Amino acid sequence: MTSTQTTMAAATPTEKTRRKSSREGQPQKAGWFARIVVLILCFLWIVPVVGLFLTSFRPRDDANESGWWTLFWTPSAWSRLSLDNYVTAWNDAGLDVAFVNTLAIALPATFIPILVAAFAAYAFTFMEFPGRNFLFLAVVSLLVVPNYIAFVPILRIYSDLEIAGTFPAVWLAHIGFGMSLAIYILRNYMATLPKSLIESAKIDGASHFQTFFRLVLPMSVPALAAFAIFQFLWVWNDLLVALIFVGPGDNAPITVALRNNLMGQAGAGQHLVTAGGFISMILPIVVFLFMQRFFVRGLTAGAVKG
Amino acid sequence: MVLKILNTLITVGVGILAALVLYWLLNKLAELLPGPWEDRVKPFLYILPAYAALVFYLVYPAVQTVVFSFANPTSTEWVGWDNYTQLLQSESFQDTLFNTLLWMIVVPVVVVALGLAMAVLADRLNPRWESTSKTVIFLPMAISAVGAGVVWGLIYDYRPEGREQIGLQNAIITALGFDPVAWLQVDEFHINSFFLMIMLMWAQVGFSMVLLSAAVKGVPEDTLEAARIDGANERDIFFRVVVPQIWGTVLTVYVTTLIGVMKIFDIVYVMTNGGFNTNVVGNEFFNQLFSNFNNGAAAAIVVMLMLATVPIMIYQVRNFRREESMA
Repeated sequence: MTSTQTTMAAATPTEKTRRKSSREGQPQKAGWFARIVVLILCFLWIVPVVGLFLTSFRPRDDANESGWWTLFWTPSAWSRLSLDNYVTAWNDAGLDVAFVNTLAIALPATFIPILVAAFAAYAFTFMEFPGRNFLFLAVVSLLVVPNYIAFVPILRIYSDLEIAGTFPAVWLAHIGFGMSLAIYILRNYMATLPKSLIESAKIDGASHFQTFFRLVLPMSVPALAAFAIFQFLWVWNDLLVALIFVGPGDNAPITVALRNNLMGQAGAGQHLVTAGGFISMILPIVVFLFMQRFFVRGLTAGAVKG
Repeated sequence: MVLKILNTLITVGVGILAALVLYWLLNKLAELLPGPWEDRVKPFLYILPAYAALVFYLVYPAVQTVVFSFANPTSTEWVGWDNYTQLLQSESFQDTLFNTLLWMIVVPVVVVALGLAMAVLADRLNPRWESTSKTVIFLPMAISAVGAGVVWGLIYDYRPEGREQIGLQNAIITALGFDPVAWLQVDEFHINSFFLMIMLMWAQVGFSMVLLSAAVKGVPEDTLEAARIDGANERDIFFRVVVPQIWGTVLTVYVTTLIGVMKIFDIVYVMTNGGFNTNVVGNEFFNQLFSNFNNGAAAAIVVMLMLATVPIMIYQVRNFRREESMA
């Protein structure tokens, strides 16, 4: 969601973590209170998703005439569950094209800012130049600037150049909006790499370009991965930037298509809306579940600095 | 469709390749320079694309937006402070500001509190349950606001009395004998805004939990041990030993959630589009721009939003400098 974009930024830097060994060997502390509260919270968090998931398999009449929870006491309804809604949403509501579009937007909008930011972070960490501290402080202060400020002026420029609605136009916007966060995270991470290693590479005659690609980039993989996951989720789930710079049409990403072709259509019905909703979530959820460990480590490791 | 995919692949490939070539060229350019100049110029070439992006997409538009905010809807004539005075005097915009303020007051506090509660309580479970429960809470982070709109649509759905309810909330209260309620249309005490806030909390608590959990686990064991030996009970230990040590992270999570809340757009847009007195600043901006085609008012709203973030910006920069000087 848009609101998290700056979240990681401010979250990574400050706290000096005091790593310590795990708490195993301590007396079992899980009282009934802890267990029950966690159980209730998890239940509340997951129930809405379960509802979406079950509804998406139900035929139109079932989905619109009874709640999904009735499935639990009407076994006869189970036999009517099918993938039909998915087929319809995919083929007839334009989600197939939108899915491809979203990939076309999200992949470069994830990869390019990482490259650009990694170069900048490298310069900030391993190179000496006048104005270095000032320029980095500028990045820190830009972290909180809402991307709303860009929309009116950039939209005008895009219209004048007639590139509004194209993929590169959106990539560039996402590159600009994600940049301060990316530089910030990568620089903080690179600052933890051993300086001596980079020095010795220099003595061995490696150029900055070589050191960057062969040494620093591979060593920064945890931070790169954390930002990549974050940016990918953000771009995939973005609605605002997509509405403003792409809009509905041939290049519309899945959030816009889902909103306009299904949720906005009174006739679409819950069965199709939920199937479409699940299609829009499946990839980010898979990425998230498989990369969660990496993501969490990256998020919290940004803190281990100095 | 095949053509579309092929086309897309080519565009993506060219885009990524172009980025790589750019840096190769910049580096070559620096190497062409004589002797010491190479080392002097190279850092600037390395940061150039990043700063070009920042300047073009944040700095320049910020200035331009301020300029537009003093101009008419099509940005062709100056109107002075009119955009600001008209907005601030209109009752609907005052309501919008008030709603945004409510979001800012309620959401960050709840997100931090629930995240901290989850972090502390899950820490006491065995490792398998800890990681499972955390995944469940963290999961909505991967779901878009539009997706969340679909998910929560099934909770808040309303059918007139007498028909079978397919919204969970109405199903529960009708089962208890009450009349069904159109939840998102009830603006007494801004109840509908609170229902929208719940969606954001649902999405954000996991993030807060992850960061706070790392902080809680980082609290040195001997400080807890010392407190226990002194006879402190669990509650005292939590509030007097744990909380002070993780206070930095608590503030970080609070501030970053706050920034996110100030910019909230998609949840409101998807659920009500600001109707029934649920409007917020982000959504009002969008409607001024795309429904009213009023560049001036849209720009003025953004300028106000930007001004509101200035204190946070100062706080962040200060915080950063302090951390740096300590490192």
